[in-house]
Amino acid sequence: MTPKPTLLKVLDYLSVIVLIIAAYLALVYAPTEQIMGDVQRVFYFHIGTAWVGLLGFVLSAILGIAYLVTKDMKWDIIEVAAIEISVVFFFITIVLGSVWARPAWNTWWTWDPRLTTAAITELVYVAYFMLRAGVEDPERRARFGAVYALFGGLSAPITFMAIRLFRSIHPVVIGAANQNQEKMNMSGDMRVAFFFALFAFTVIFIDLFWNRIRLGQLESKVEQLKLKVM
Amino acid sequence: MEPTPDTSAYMIAGYAVFFIVSAIYVASLFIRNRSLQRDLETLEDLDAKK
Repeated sequence: MTPKPTLLKVLDYLSVIVLIIAAYLALVYAPTEQIMGDVQRVFYFHIGTAWVGLLGFVLSAILGIAYLVTKDMKWDIIEVAAIEISVVFFFITIVLGSVWARPAWNTWWTWDPRLTTAAITELVYVAYFMLRAGVEDPERRARFGAVYALFGGLSAPITFMAIRLFRSIHPVVIGAANQNQEKMNMSGDMRVAFFFALFAFTVIFIDLFWNRIRLGQLESKVEQLKLKVM
Repeated sequence: MEPTPDTSAYMIAGYAVFFIVSAIYVASLFIRNRSLQRDLETLEDLDAKK
Protein backbone atom coordinates (compact mmCIF):
# COMPACT_ATOMS: atom_id res chain seq x y z
CA MET A 1 0.00 0.00 0.00
CA THR A 2 1.28 3.45 -0.88
CA PRO A 3 2.24 5.64 2.10
CA LYS A 4 -0.32 8.14 3.31
CA PRO A 5 -0.23 11.32 1.16
CA THR A 6 0.92 14.47 2.95
CA LEU A 7 -2.36 16.19 2.09
CA LEU A 8 -4.30 13.43 3.82
CA LYS A 9 -2.09 13.70 6.90
CA VAL A 10 -2.75 17.46 6.94
CA LEU A 11 -6.46 16.75 6.57
CA ASP A 12 -6.32 14.30 9.52
CA TYR A 13 -4.88 17.01 11.78
CA LEU A 14 -7.21 19.66 10.37
CA SER A 15 -10.21 17.44 11.14
CA VAL A 16 -9.20 17.16 14.79
CA ILE A 17 -8.67 20.93 15.01
CA VAL A 18 -12.02 21.86 13.41
CA LEU A 19 -13.78 19.29 15.61
CA ILE A 20 -12.31 20.87 18.75
CA ILE A 21 -13.30 24.37 17.53
CA ALA A 22 -16.82 23.18 16.61
CA ALA A 23 -17.21 21.61 20.07
CA TYR A 24 -15.99 24.81 21.73
CA LEU A 25 -18.42 26.95 19.71
CA ALA A 26 -21.32 24.61 20.44
CA LEU A 27 -20.63 24.02 24.11
CA VAL A 28 -19.13 27.33 25.28
CA TYR A 29 -19.42 30.13 22.70
CA ALA A 30 -23.07 29.75 21.70
CA PRO A 31 -25.52 31.17 24.23
CA THR A 32 -27.84 28.91 26.20
CA GLU A 33 -31.25 28.68 24.59
CA GLN A 34 -33.81 30.14 27.00
CA ILE A 35 -36.66 27.65 26.60
CA MET A 36 -34.83 24.34 26.13
CA GLY A 37 -31.65 25.03 28.08
CA ASP A 38 -28.32 23.32 27.41
CA VAL A 39 -29.78 20.37 25.51
CA GLN A 40 -30.27 22.70 22.53
CA ARG A 41 -26.48 22.58 22.11
CA VAL A 42 -26.72 19.08 20.64
CA PHE A 43 -28.51 20.73 17.70
CA TYR A 44 -25.19 21.94 16.20
CA PHE A 45 -23.73 18.44 15.94
CA HIS A 46 -27.16 16.96 15.11
CA ILE A 47 -27.38 19.12 11.98
CA GLY A 48 -23.68 18.71 11.14
CA THR A 49 -23.86 14.91 11.19
CA ALA A 50 -27.21 14.91 9.37
CA TRP A 51 -25.76 17.07 6.59
CA VAL A 52 -22.80 14.79 5.90
CA GLY A 53 -24.91 11.66 6.43
CA LEU A 54 -27.41 12.66 3.75
CA LEU A 55 -24.60 13.99 1.53
CA GLY A 56 -22.92 10.57 1.54
CA PHE A 57 -26.18 8.78 0.73
CA VAL A 58 -26.86 11.04 -2.26
CA LEU A 59 -23.23 10.74 -3.35
CA SER A 60 -23.45 6.95 -3.21
CA ALA A 61 -26.39 6.99 -5.65
CA ILE A 62 -24.27 9.01 -8.11
CA LEU A 63 -21.36 6.62 -7.57
CA GLY A 64 -23.73 3.71 -8.18
CA ILE A 65 -24.60 5.20 -11.57
CA ALA A 66 -20.86 5.70 -12.29
CA TYR A 67 -20.25 2.00 -11.57
CA LEU A 68 -23.17 0.80 -13.68
CA VAL A 69 -22.02 2.91 -16.64
CA THR A 70 -18.27 2.16 -16.47
CA LYS A 71 -18.14 -1.21 -14.60
CA ASP A 72 -15.00 0.11 -12.98
CA MET A 73 -14.52 -1.34 -9.46
CA LYS A 74 -13.06 1.91 -8.17
CA TRP A 75 -16.57 3.39 -8.13
CA ASP A 76 -17.75 0.47 -6.01
CA ILE A 77 -14.96 1.08 -3.49
CA ILE A 78 -15.82 4.79 -3.29
CA GLU A 79 -19.56 4.04 -3.01
CA VAL A 80 -19.02 1.67 -0.05
CA ALA A 81 -16.83 4.30 1.64
CA ALA A 82 -19.50 6.99 1.28
CA ILE A 83 -22.27 4.75 2.62
CA GLU A 84 -20.28 3.39 5.56
CA ILE A 85 -19.35 6.85 6.84
CA SER A 86 -22.88 8.14 6.29
CA VAL A 87 -24.40 5.23 8.21
CA VAL A 88 -22.19 6.10 11.20
CA PHE A 89 -22.94 9.84 11.02
CA PHE A 90 -26.65 9.32 10.46
CA PHE A 91 -26.84 6.95 13.41
CA ILE A 92 -25.33 9.73 15.55
CA THR A 93 -27.89 12.19 14.08
CA ILE A 94 -30.79 9.95 15.12
CA VAL A 95 -29.42 9.38 18.63
CA LEU A 96 -28.71 13.11 19.16
CA GLY A 97 -32.23 13.91 17.94
CA SER A 98 -33.67 11.41 20.38
CA VAL A 99 -31.64 12.88 23.26
CA TRP A 100 -32.93 16.36 22.34
CA ALA A 101 -36.52 15.10 22.01
CA ARG A 102 -36.68 13.70 25.56
CA PRO A 103 -36.76 17.08 27.36
CA ALA A 104 -38.27 18.98 24.40
CA TRP A 105 -41.15 16.62 23.48
CA ASN A 106 -41.17 14.54 26.69
CA THR A 107 -40.45 11.37 24.72
CA TRP A 108 -37.35 9.65 23.32
CA TRP A 109 -39.10 8.73 20.10
CA THR A 110 -42.29 9.44 18.18
CA TRP A 111 -43.39 8.25 14.74
CA ASP A 112 -43.25 11.72 13.25
CA PRO A 113 -42.68 11.84 9.44
CA ARG A 114 -39.10 13.13 9.80
CA LEU A 115 -38.12 10.61 12.46
CA THR A 116 -39.78 7.78 10.58
CA THR A 117 -38.15 8.58 7.23
CA ALA A 118 -34.76 9.03 8.98
CA ALA A 119 -35.08 5.64 10.67
CA ILE A 120 -36.07 4.02 7.36
CA THR A 121 -33.12 5.64 5.58
CA GLU A 122 -30.69 4.34 8.20
CA LEU A 123 -32.15 0.83 8.02
CA VAL A 124 -32.05 0.88 4.19
CA TYR A 125 -28.30 1.46 4.31
CA VAL A 126 -27.67 -1.04 7.11
CA ALA A 127 -29.42 -3.57 4.83
CA TYR A 128 -27.05 -2.50 2.02
CA PHE A 129 -24.15 -4.04 3.93
CA MET A 130 -26.18 -7.17 4.66
CA LEU A 131 -26.88 -7.51 0.95
CA ARG A 132 -23.21 -7.10 0.07
CA ALA A 133 -22.15 -9.62 2.72
CA GLY A 134 -24.40 -12.21 1.09
CA VAL A 135 -22.82 -11.99 -2.38
CA GLU A 136 -19.45 -13.73 -2.96
CA ASP A 137 -18.63 -12.65 -6.51
CA PRO A 138 -17.08 -9.13 -6.40
CA GLU A 139 -18.62 -7.99 -9.70
CA ARG A 140 -22.11 -9.20 -8.80
CA ARG A 141 -21.73 -7.63 -5.37
CA ALA A 142 -20.71 -4.32 -6.93
CA ARG A 143 -23.61 -4.44 -9.42
CA PHE A 144 -26.23 -5.26 -6.77
CA GLY A 145 -24.72 -2.62 -4.49
CA ALA A 146 -24.82 0.02 -7.21
CA VAL A 147 -28.48 -0.62 -8.07
CA TYR A 148 -29.37 -0.69 -4.37
CA ALA A 149 -27.47 2.57 -3.70
CA LEU A 150 -29.19 4.18 -6.68
CA PHE A 151 -32.67 3.47 -5.31
CA GLY A 152 -31.60 3.92 -1.69
CA GLY A 153 -30.42 7.41 -2.60
CA LEU A 154 -34.05 8.44 -3.02
CA SER A 155 -34.58 8.06 0.72
CA ALA A 156 -32.20 10.96 1.47
CA PRO A 157 -34.20 13.74 -0.27
CA ILE A 158 -37.43 12.21 1.04
CA THR A 159 -36.04 12.46 4.61
CA PHE A 160 -34.90 16.04 4.01
CA MET A 161 -38.26 17.08 2.55
CA ALA A 162 -40.43 15.13 5.03
CA ILE A 163 -40.88 18.11 7.38
CA ARG A 164 -41.73 20.37 4.43
CA LEU A 165 -44.22 18.00 2.80
CA PHE A 166 -46.03 16.53 5.80
CA ARG A 167 -47.36 17.78 9.13
CA SER A 168 -44.45 17.39 11.49
CA ILE A 169 -43.44 18.48 14.97
CA HIS A 170 -39.79 18.47 13.96
CA PRO A 171 -38.39 22.04 13.81
CA VAL A 172 -37.39 23.42 10.40
CA VAL A 173 -33.95 25.02 10.36
CA ILE A 174 -33.81 26.26 6.78
CA GLY A 175 -36.94 27.83 5.28
CA ALA A 176 -40.25 26.70 6.83
CA ALA A 177 -42.77 25.53 4.24
CA ASN A 178 -45.72 27.14 5.99
CA GLN A 179 -46.50 29.42 8.92
CA ASN A 180 -47.71 26.58 11.16
CA GLN A 181 -44.28 24.99 11.30
CA GLU A 182 -41.91 25.61 14.16
CA LYS A 183 -38.92 27.53 12.82
CA MET A 184 -35.67 27.89 14.73
CA ASN A 185 -34.66 31.45 15.47
CA MET A 186 -30.93 31.67 16.00
CA SER A 187 -28.97 34.56 17.44
CA GLY A 188 -25.75 35.73 15.73
CA ASP A 189 -23.52 33.61 18.01
CA MET A 190 -25.72 30.58 17.43
CA ARG A 191 -25.37 31.07 13.67
CA VAL A 192 -21.58 31.12 14.00
CA ALA A 193 -21.64 27.79 15.89
CA PHE A 194 -24.16 26.37 13.42
CA PHE A 195 -22.29 27.27 10.22
CA PHE A 196 -18.93 26.31 11.67
CA ALA A 197 -20.33 22.89 12.63
CA LEU A 198 -21.48 22.43 9.02
CA PHE A 199 -18.00 23.35 7.79
CA ALA A 200 -16.24 21.15 10.38
CA PHE A 201 -18.32 18.09 9.55
CA THR A 202 -17.71 18.61 5.84
CA VAL A 203 -13.93 18.59 6.49
CA ILE A 204 -14.25 15.53 8.76
CA PHE A 205 -16.37 13.74 6.15
CA ILE A 206 -13.80 14.39 3.40
CA ASP A 207 -11.00 13.15 5.65
CA LEU A 208 -12.80 9.97 6.71
CA PHE A 209 -13.98 9.41 3.15
CA TRP A 210 -10.44 9.53 1.79
CA ASN A 211 -9.15 7.23 4.55
CA ARG A 212 -12.00 4.79 3.95
CA ILE A 213 -11.39 4.75 0.19
CA ARG A 214 -7.75 3.83 0.87
CA LEU A 215 -8.95 1.04 3.15
CA GLY A 216 -11.28 -0.18 0.40
CA GLN A 217 -8.40 -0.23 -2.08
CA LEU A 218 -6.38 -2.29 0.38
CA GLU A 219 -9.31 -4.70 0.88
CA SER A 220 -9.60 -5.11 -2.87
CA LYS A 221 -5.87 -5.76 -3.24
CA VAL A 222 -5.96 -8.43 -0.48
CA GLU A 223 -9.03 -10.05 -2.04
CA GLN A 224 -7.36 -10.24 -5.46
CA LEU A 225 -4.14 -11.63 -4.00
CA LYS A 226 -6.11 -14.24 -2.04
CA LEU A 227 -7.72 -15.46 -5.26
CA LYS A 228 -4.29 -15.65 -6.91
CA VAL A 229 -2.50 -17.44 -4.06
CA MET A 230 -5.24 -19.79 -2.82
CA MET B 1 -40.88 34.60 32.54
CA GLU B 2 -40.18 30.92 33.34
CA PRO B 3 -36.63 29.98 34.38
CA THR B 4 -34.49 28.08 31.86
CA PRO B 5 -34.70 24.33 32.65
CA ASP B 6 -31.55 22.41 33.55
CA THR B 7 -31.16 20.00 30.63
CA SER B 8 -27.36 19.76 30.81
CA ALA B 9 -27.45 16.01 31.58
CA TYR B 10 -29.06 15.39 28.17
CA MET B 11 -26.48 17.60 26.49
CA ILE B 12 -23.64 15.64 28.13
CA ALA B 13 -25.28 12.35 27.14
CA GLY B 14 -25.62 13.55 23.52
CA TYR B 15 -22.01 14.63 23.18
CA ALA B 16 -20.82 11.47 24.97
CA VAL B 17 -22.64 9.39 22.36
CA PHE B 18 -21.10 11.45 19.57
CA PHE B 19 -17.53 11.12 20.83
CA ILE B 20 -17.84 7.43 21.76
CA VAL B 21 -19.39 6.36 18.43
CA SER B 22 -16.87 8.48 16.46
CA ALA B 23 -13.94 7.04 18.42
CA ILE B 24 -15.18 3.48 17.87
CA TYR B 25 -15.49 4.12 14.12
CA VAL B 26 -12.02 5.70 13.81
CA ALA B 27 -10.56 2.81 15.86
CA SER B 28 -12.32 0.31 13.57
CA LEU B 29 -10.72 1.98 10.53
CA PHE B 30 -7.31 1.76 12.19
CA ILE B 31 -7.73 -1.88 13.27
CA ARG B 32 -9.05 -3.01 9.87
CA ASN B 33 -6.18 -1.23 8.14
CA ARG B 34 -3.59 -2.89 10.38
CA SER B 35 -5.16 -6.30 9.92
CA LEU B 36 -5.30 -5.91 6.11
CA GLN B 37 -1.66 -4.76 6.01
CA ARG B 38 -0.71 -7.96 7.87
CA ASP B 39 -2.79 -10.10 5.48
CA LEU B 40 -1.21 -8.38 2.51
CA GLU B 41 2.32 -9.07 3.77
CA THR B 42 1.49 -12.76 4.38
CA LEU B 43 -0.11 -13.15 0.95
CA GLU B 44 2.79 -11.41 -0.77
CA ASP B 45 5.20 -13.81 0.98
CA LEU B 46 3.11 -16.79 -0.13
CA ASP B 47 2.95 -15.43 -3.65
CA ALA B 48 6.73 -14.92 -3.76
CA LYS B 49 7.37 -18.51 -2.55
CA LYS B 50 5.11 -19.96 -5.28
